[in-house]
Amino acid sequence: MSRQQVQRIGFALLALAAITVVLPILLVIGNIVVRGLAAINWEFLTAMPKNGMKAGGIFPALVGTLLLTLGTAVVCIPMGVGGAIYLSEYARDTWLTRAIRLAIVNLAGIPSIVYGLFGLGLFVLFLQFGTSILAGSLTLAIMTLPVIISTSEEALRAVPMEFRTVSFSLGGTRWQGIRNIVLPQALPGIITGIILGLLRAAGETAPILFTVAAFYLPRLPRSPFDQTMALPYHLYVISTQVPGMPEHIQYGTALVLLAVVLSMNLVATLIRSYFRRRRQW
Amino acid sequence: MRGDTKSGKRNTELGIRNTESEERKTENVMMSGEMVLNPKIRIENVSYAYNGVLALKDITLDVPACAITVFLGPAGGGKTTLLRLINRLNDLVENTQMRGRILLDGQDIYAPEVDVPSLRRRVGMVFALPLPLPGTIRENVLYGPKLAGIKERTRLEEILVRSLQQAALWDEVKDRLDDPANRLSGGQQQRLCIARSLALEPEVLLLDEPTSGLDPISTAKVEESLYQLKRSYTIVLVPHSVQQAARVADYAAFFLMGELVEHQPGKALFTAPRDKRTEDYVTGRFG
Repeated sequence: MSRQQVQRIGFALLALAAITVVLPILLVIGNIVVRGLAAINWEFLTAMPKNGMKAGGIFPALVGTLLLTLGTAVVCIPMGVGGAIYLSEYARDTWLTRAIRLAIVNLAGIPSIVYGLFGLGLFVLFLQFGTSILAGSLTLAIMTLPVIISTSEEALRAVPMEFRTVSFSLGGTRWQGIRNIVLPQALPGIITGIILGLLRAAGETAPILFTVAAFYLPRLPRSPFDQTMALPYHLYVISTQVPGMPEHIQYGTALVLLAVVLSMNLVATLIRSYFRRRRQW
Repeated sequence: MRGDTKSGKRNTELGIRNTESEERKTENVMMSGEMVLNPKIRIENVSYAYNGVLALKDITLDVPACAITVFLGPAGGGKTTLLRLINRLNDLVENTQMRGRILLDGQDIYAPEVDVPSLRRRVGMVFALPLPLPGTIRENVLYGPKLAGIKERTRLEEILVRSLQQAALWDEVKDRLDDPANRLSGGQQQRLCIARSLALEPEVLLLDEPTSGLDPISTAKVEESLYQLKRSYTIVLVPHSVQQAARVADYAAFFLMGELVEHQPGKALFTAPRDKRTEDYVTGRFG
């Protein structure tokens, strides 16, 4: 076999590997869209579930997921971005910052069900928040923090050091340089990280299982201390716990969850490409 | 003098032989005596080390006001380090040790009560590679003044025009002040960086090989603006070539491997160097 032939086979194998990645996504999305689209209508999105969830809509689960994502964002954006700024701009290399970094890496590796049990122990029982949106949001926030911190830190570090030096040389304080130059330049990366972290939180079932999710609660939550239904858990329930569930409702719910998550993903991609075009270095 | 005994002691700590530094000191005192009475910047027995490796060895040097002083010598001689010590940019580097004093108008700039951002407003810096900040030409020039708290529109406008004129850039950019700064050519960007420093009305302007990336025409423009500026500013320049040093220098200091070999006024360093090493360098025998 000639070298060119070997190379061609090599490229073909690599291409095959790449296509294999795309295939499952297309199948999953295609399958869900085809079977779920029939269920989607205005009522399905805006009505309460009826008749033991076998009819009606998914409105409280949709609202619940949006509220949980919002609650998660409120907690983990300031903490995550703040932590990233500290680590990237202020912290020196000491045993403490090394311990923080190690903690972040390990936090990212913890299975989500462990977060759920931790949230149950700390927020629901010990702090007596009960099964509530508050407890669920905090649990999801802890799970999301490492993603946001590490992507934000990376985005901050990608801003060339020289910009900071220039800012210093013009009489800026460290914070003024961060505020005026570094943060605006790192913002697209930070926002992307935030959205990717949040969409993982929006789709998770395990962390909300014991901390907030209601099996069947056909009304909207009234306060942060209220339980709520949520899309991932609702999908789990109607797929496994309710006999005789109409298939189109199951697929419809999956489609809505997928749409919520993918649209967030799309927004992240758009933001990134918009800012990348405007980037000035 | 109080400072002498003190820095003498400090030098022993750094492990520099005292006899050597004494010898050098007499030489320098004589030199500064023949040069200026009230230097803008006085560098007194400064030694500096990165991670324990000496980059500057007992430098004593006066920089007179309203003149161009050039620091020349081969790479790694400590010129840039010394420049960055004068506006405390090296504060950002970890694991360094400094001995000696740097005085600006007689005030020790490393004294604990010194406000470093205001010091850097008095001592501006232009780097080897022009790096406009993200944003427009206007934003670049006004970055420093705005951080300094100047808000008044007319005042900012005045600063903008004056700085760009001083840096010989005004005519080329006056119609596109709100264009992104990174669309300017390399030479224009470097003059923009000079304007950005001048916007703070510094007393001293430090330039670290400001023309190293520029073509001869842009270089000539930058040098021309330096001639204009030295009337009112104290300028310290690390030139990118001996020829440039010879063109612009009012005072020249030759650095070799962390030591100040020779410091002379005017063109003397180039025409009648006292030290063999200086002569070898300026005549192009090494570099």
